[in-house]
Amino acid sequence: MLFDLLGITPQGLLAQLMVGLVNGAFYAMLSLGLALIFGMLNIINFAHGALYMMGAFVAWMLLEYLGVPFWWGLVLAPIIVAAFGMVLERTMLARLYHLDHLYGLLLTFGLALIIEGFFREMYGVSGRVYPTPDQFRGAVDLGFMMLPMYRGFIILFALAVCLAVWLFVERTRIGSYLRAGTENPELLKAFGINVPLMITLTFGLGVGLAALTGVLAAPIYQVHPLMGFHMIIMVFAVVVIGGLGSMLGAIVTGLMLGLVEGLARVFYPEMSATVVFILMAIVLLLRPQGLFGKR
Amino acid sequence: MTEERKYSIIAVVVIAGLLIAPHVMYSVLVMKMLCFALFASAFNLLLGYGGLLSFGHAAYYGSAAYVTAHAMKWWGVTAEVGLLLGAAAAAFLGLVFGWLAIRRSGIYFAMITLAFAQMIYFLALQLPFTGGEDGIQAVPRGYLFGLFSLRSDIVLYHFVLVVCLAGFYIVYRAVNSPFGQILKAIKENPDRATSLGYKVSHFKLAAFVLSTTLSGVAGGLTALVFQLASISNVEWTMSGEVVLMTLLGGMGTMIGPVIGAGFVVWLQTYLAPYGAWLTIILGAIFVICVLLFRRGIVGELWYRNLIPGFPYRRE
Repeated sequence: MLFDLLGITPQGLLAQLMVGLVNGAFYAMLSLGLALIFGMLNIINFAHGALYMMGAFVAWMLLEYLGVPFWWGLVLAPIIVAAFGMVLERTMLARLYHLDHLYGLLLTFGLALIIEGFFREMYGVSGRVYPTPDQFRGAVDLGFMMLPMYRGFIILFALAVCLAVWLFVERTRIGSYLRAGTENPELLKAFGINVPLMITLTFGLGVGLAALTGVLAAPIYQVHPLMGFHMIIMVFAVVVIGGLGSMLGAIVTGLMLGLVEGLARVFYPEMSATVVFILMAIVLLLRPQGLFGKR
Repeated sequence: MTEERKYSIIAVVVIAGLLIAPHVMYSVLVMKMLCFALFASAFNLLLGYGGLLSFGHAAYYGSAAYVTAHAMKWWGVTAEVGLLLGAAAAAFLGLVFGWLAIRRSGIYFAMITLAFAQMIYFLALQLPFTGGEDGIQAVPRGYLFGLFSLRSDIVLYHFVLVVCLAGFYIVYRAVNSPFGQILKAIKENPDRATSLGYKVSHFKLAAFVLSTTLSGVAGGLTALVFQLASISNVEWTMSGEVVLMTLLGGMGTMIGPVIGAGFVVWLQTYLAPYGAWLTIILGAIFVICVLLFRRGIVGELWYRNLIPGFPYRRE
């Protein structure tokens, strides 16, 4: 058997692929938010990772200090963090739209440092444990493998969220304004649409997605002040590989790279941390605009 | 007074100040400031004059520190050979990553360079020769040209000073040359530069490699000064710091990055006991710079005609 030859059990392979798919779901949700924000604001949000971390922390704080259970945390934490993000957009980012894109990147990098520094100052660098919600304890037997309930939930939930956002942007009236705003904000203004308000809401939506991802990640990873930074760099690589042009591209690339990382962890563990960057280099060589990018 | 005359007077005053500095300040601190000033100047060559924001310059700085430290500790080479090997490693990395990254511009360029730098970080954690989390410790400072021992701080200081001044001079010459003019033209309008017959990508890559090489020299020097090459040199925080030094001092000015580097190093030294507050303050400086004075300290003073003898010329 091939599996014996490689010294890997099919169960082990499937388990790693599952972990990869979970990570891929996180990449997909984060790069989707990044792409939404980029489309409307023309800004790469460097604070996306910090806001993802903040989502996890707010959920943990809600549970720890107020006893708010997971499900409410899943709703409340993204709303709180999105509100915080919209304040940042109104007070700071809105002053930069007439400037070079690089200033948006630099400003949000500074914001990321402030947010991460704040949580490090408050909670130190040791992680906090967020317990897996009761109804998802344990695993289900799928016949060919044991699937931990919570991981299965994350994958389904993340796919549903991505699909919902995609439908919202592509199939609703507000979504059509959003797409129009991405193409030509001046013309949209001329039609009497409140474009600055739409920009703020888009930023809120993107940030909310980041925070929601953070809440989902909280029971799997430790809630840690620096959890966002590694994530944001991986998501940048995902975005370079996929291109920021299309939402479906962001989702597909995110899932795919999660799987690739999972495969690398099985077949060549030393490479698992760097495989995404190597793929990025290959894509830059063969298709610089990204897999789904437009020239 | 002619421009040249003014510059030479300033140069003489600055060099005299730098020769006195180690006698009135802690010389290791001044050396650290000099190394970072060179690092920031090399970075500014790319951002301020070429308009390319690299968010991963720690990769070149830190890799050179590793190579210099390894060569001096295990191969027993002399200081200048160690530095050259470090710079060569940084140049090679810069050539490979730059060649890939210049295929995209703007924010993509920033994201790509950051991602490659993170790859170097992971490699530095895993590769056997870097010592993982511990880094390469107790690096001997060795003998310059095999003759002069660099063990004493004050001797090393003069070596560092000479290397850094040479580095600044290279940046100055590169900026004030036809090459520098073409670079500025590419920054202002890449399509126009192409239409004038310049190979934009070649010039970008040349500027990138020059910048990474000089960053490597700075990294190698730090390894000599602290006798240590550590993982923190290749971390993303280092990449962020050099961006901050340049932005704060004034990108696109010769002296700005030097002042920015001095200020940030000073801040780090005195805020080190406050842990995460340092990160918060550095982040706040970033935000304030971007929102309120994008020209940086030197750029702003110059723009407001507050630097005597150097009037701002409105274009």
